[in-house]
Amino acid sequence: MSFVRFAWSWLTSAQQWHGPDSIPVRVAQHLGYAGLSLLVAAAIAVPLGILIGHTGRGRFFVLNLANVWRAIPTLGLLILMVVLLGFSALTWLIPLVVLAIPPILVNAFEGVAGVDPELKDAALGMGMTRWQMLRKVEVPLATPLIVLGLRTAAIFVVATATIAAEIALGGLGRYILDGLAANDYAEVAGGATVIVVLALAVQVIFVVLRRLIVPAGLRAQSRSSR
Amino acid sequence: MVAGRLRPARRPEGLPDVVWSWIPQNWTQIWQYTLDNALLGLLPPLIGLAISVPLGVASVRWRLLYPPLLSLTSAIYAIPSLAVFVVLIDYTGLGNLTVIIALTLFSLCVLLPNVVDGLRGVSEPVRQAATAMGYSEVRRLVQVELPIAIPVVMAGLRIAVVSSISLASVGQLIGVSSLGYFFLDGFQRDFPTEIYAAIVLVLVLALLSDLVLIVVGRILTPWQRGQRHARARRPDELAGELA
Repeated sequence: MSFVRFAWSWLTSAQQWHGPDSIPVRVAQHLGYAGLSLLVAAAIAVPLGILIGHTGRGRFFVLNLANVWRAIPTLGLLILMVVLLGFSALTWLIPLVVLAIPPILVNAFEGVAGVDPELKDAALGMGMTRWQMLRKVEVPLATPLIVLGLRTAAIFVVATATIAAEIALGGLGRYILDGLAANDYAEVAGGATVIVVLALAVQVIFVVLRRLIVPAGLRAQSRSSR
Repeated sequence: MVAGRLRPARRPEGLPDVVWSWIPQNWTQIWQYTLDNALLGLLPPLIGLAISVPLGVASVRWRLLYPPLLSLTSAIYAIPSLAVFVVLIDYTGLGNLTVIIALTLFSLCVLLPNVVDGLRGVSEPVRQAATAMGYSEVRRLVQVELPIAIPVVMAGLRIAVVSSISLASVGQLIGVSSLGYFFLDGFQRDFPTEIYAAIVLVLVLALLSDLVLIVVGRILTPWQRGQRHARARRPDELAGELA
């Protein structure tokens, strides 16, 4: 159980909690990278996914995108960006956004495209305009999948931000790579522990987000059907 | 390419972004790392499948087992691969085994829900018919329920294989050889050709494996031909149920 011992001794030493390389600073950096790229990706992919789901145009493109994006090697993409563009904010933001878009887009698309046609007929029959139907029927029904897409993207972005330490970005991956380079396993173990805690905390945030965003009727329904 | 104009000054001027001659010159090395990457990408999903089938059967039979297993796998799935690698280093060292175990865990997270869904998707009349024909429970499982679950399981296996092949390259950060070698080497030498080549090879490897699995899936399920394909449950969809 030396991992636990190493991690504990590293985490409990005071120097980890003060100064420019301290855990709070690194956590803030990590959440900053992940949060910013997730926001940009969501701003692009949620409306686009809803639009494609509503109109049905571009369906083929979205479904294939879903298959290809898992194959993209994130480490390679990050390093390629540095080698081509040099190091700047865009170097990490572009790959993180590009990698976060597909899961959000695909889920938003599937959420809207999967709305029961009878419900849409009913909405139109009640005299709703197409815009009202989109806003009051299709999008609310798609929220469980939209939140799911955001959650997958968040997992991906947190993981990629960890690897991004390789291209000299801050964040929690630094501890692992610096520790490996210096043969300091305590730092590696401590850093990995913080990352695991952060990743799980992000999951909890999404469980809460789901509670807040998904309409109560849908939540009750999914509970009774299981 | 747009990137060419933004190229940093430190690279010698006039050197094109892609040096084609690099590929034949380093062929044996490229081939070796591609094989390593293929092994690291393909072995874990297969081990994961071997574990998740009995685990899935058990989860369907003993219902109480499944919710905690599902919570555990979806939690593991959220942890960055690099962190999982280094947690394992202490137990398995800086070797292939570390990456294989980590990727097996991730594959399991994808496969288990698909096995369970596939088995639960077997309709009650079909099970009753098998029982009425005198099938024992074990024979019904092997000859009726598991084959019916194949499309859903295969869809999960495709996701697991493609992800593993791509994630295997991250193992290079802890020194386990894969196509990720060219990422790090190309970075150190500021030589984009290597990086392009390795990205393309990872994509080709992943999509080729995906294609093979599609074909295998069709061969295994001749009765499915001409029907719509089963959609895999993505691991991310688990969150909804847990919430």
